[in-house]
Amino acid sequence: MNIIVCIKQVPDTTEVRIDPETNTLIRSGVRCIINPFDMYAIEEGLRLKDKFEARVTVITMGPPQAEEALREAISLGADEAILVSDRLFAGSDTWATSYTLSKAIQKIKDYSLVICGKQAIDGDTAQVGPGISAHLDIPQITYVKKIEEMCFNSTENGERSESRATHSRDSYIKAERMTEEGYEIIESPLPCLITVVKEINEPRLPSLKGKMKAKSAGIKKWEAKDLDVDPDLIGLNGSPTKVVKIFTPPPRKGGQILQGDPEEVSEKLVDLLKGEIP
Amino acid sequence: MDYLLTEEQIMIRDLARQIATEKIKPVAAKYDIEGIFPWDIVKVMGDSDLFGIYIEEKYGGTGGGVMELVLATEELSKACGGISLSLAATALGTFPIILFGTEEQKHKYLPDLARGKKLAAFALTEAGAGSDAAAVATTAEKKGDYYLLNGTKQWITNGGEAEVYTVVASVDRSKGARGAATFIVEKGTEGFEFGKKEDKMGIRASATSELIFSDCKIPKKNLLGREGMGFIVAMKTFDQSRPGVAAQALGIAQGALDLTVQYVKERKQFGKSISSFQGVQFMLADMATEIEAARALIYATARMTDSGAKKISKESAMAKLFASDMAMKVTTDCVQLFGGYGYMRDYPIEKFMRDAKITQIYEGTNQIQRGVIASSLIKEKAA
Repeated sequence: MNIIVCIKQVPDTTEVRIDPETNTLIRSGVRCIINPFDMYAIEEGLRLKDKFEARVTVITMGPPQAEEALREAISLGADEAILVSDRLFAGSDTWATSYTLSKAIQKIKDYSLVICGKQAIDGDTAQVGPGISAHLDIPQITYVKKIEEMCFNSTENGERSESRATHSRDSYIKAERMTEEGYEIIESPLPCLITVVKEINEPRLPSLKGKMKAKSAGIKKWEAKDLDVDPDLIGLNGSPTKVVKIFTPPPRKGGQILQGDPEEVSEKLVDLLKGEIP
Repeated sequence: MDYLLTEEQIMIRDLARQIATEKIKPVAAKYDIEGIFPWDIVKVMGDSDLFGIYIEEKYGGTGGGVMELVLATEELSKACGGISLSLAATALGTFPIILFGTEEQKHKYLPDLARGKKLAAFALTEAGAGSDAAAVATTAEKKGDYYLLNGTKQWITNGGEAEVYTVVASVDRSKGARGAATFIVEKGTEGFEFGKKEDKMGIRASATSELIFSDCKIPKKNLLGREGMGFIVAMKTFDQSRPGVAAQALGIAQGALDLTVQYVKERKQFGKSISSFQGVQFMLADMATEIEAARALIYATARMTDSGAKKISKESAMAKLFASDMAMKVTTDCVQLFGGYGYMRDYPIEKFMRDAKITQIYEGTNQIQRGVIASSLIKEKAA
């Protein structure tokens, strides 16, 4: 079984400050890390690898230095790493990014599960995971906090067109999906894409042998020409999102605390809610 | 100071540092209070390959030596001098096998030790044989193809938790030091029990207990080296392990200083941060300098040891002596700078002082270290 984990290299936001003049992030000198939510995605992939003897491939789309993030994933135990990188991809929004990543995943062909972190800590959109599944036309389960069951039958691998409606329970995943009120249990045929939340596991630390392996591991590099992408759908041109303005929201004003006996306070509150300032 | 570490040594240091900061620091106080063995951390250290950093690759390690062990022990000790000891004491119990084991013995024991699947311990000390190691009263009586072990070992680090014990016993008491031998004894061997688990002043996350042997049958193939070599095995083992104790002391001192620098910047008296007072600054400067001097001595000794140098007793003793005396002084001064807060258990600094004390005592008291150094000096002069 092949598992694909999509990761993103992000600036360590605990160290990022905002330039008060330009309202943009001060990125210089800030350490880059693997998006923390993606660490849970990698860990879940590695646990499934131990359980099913699966192969874990890690993909990232980003600038050349994102290779560091891939090497870190290898030091943790990932088998293979692919860097999707090209100047033509620059300026991609979540639509273009998920389109491009889906094309890279299609190039890998043989996969049963795609795992993403629920969102990246720099953009916080939570759109790329679901976007990839839409572009690949495979089911998705977002905000997964536990994989309850997973069954994998190799003969069905890669087949997904018809088997989806009538799938026998040969190849499926059953997962707990976190919601605001509680959780849902969702079953889906494979291949499927899941996004994971931090409750799902505790990421491991790298091993020394893993770090040594990562140092010399070969990382595949795919450019736009290596992927079957429509040039109009990638990079800035392929991105429907237009950033009109970036600003720091004004700090929230302090609330008002009403004091007095309950009757008095409730009257005041009703007036306030009605918009009649006392 | 840049010690020109190799790429691999930097990896080991960074990995140990990550384990120390992310895994050990948050639980150090808990283990200190409860005094239970930190198996969860030991597992993390094992999965990260830290137990194999001084063991050859063909036995499942990563092929380093004392220098690698020193780097890891230092980093781990910055967070907890007790938890780091699970590694350092395993190395102490493993060195006799590395130095004197047969191929068969090495292949049997080293791979599990390198992976951290099993821990080791070294057992020399007895109630009546501390600094006078030649006074070992535990006996090993030869009976054909096995030995019968009888006696009690005391204050054995990793005792009860380790699976593999290297035990020094006397095969012929009339010969004194020349009548000793070292044996590999596995936990679970009939006639091998654990006695009292000690309640200690410091390094409380480390297990210390008695080993009791009563007609414990040890196969002949578990003899390390030859009969009569027991004392030599112990001395050669200590030559290798003392830089490790020194590194533990170094880490404890550095960990204490790091907390103290942070504290004196935050603590305000007379309307300003106490770090602005020259009296405080001079103490910080002295501590940092002494720590760096100890580090330089330890690293130099470790590298000399790994180079295969034959005579290392003097240097090894110097590193242990200097670093542990330094750690006691530095941690005491750190408590001083924390003032009343430093004396309170709610603050993490007093633990460093309690943990530091043992490094002046075990694996040869610092008085014994001075004896080793002096006798080397006198011998050198005579030659």
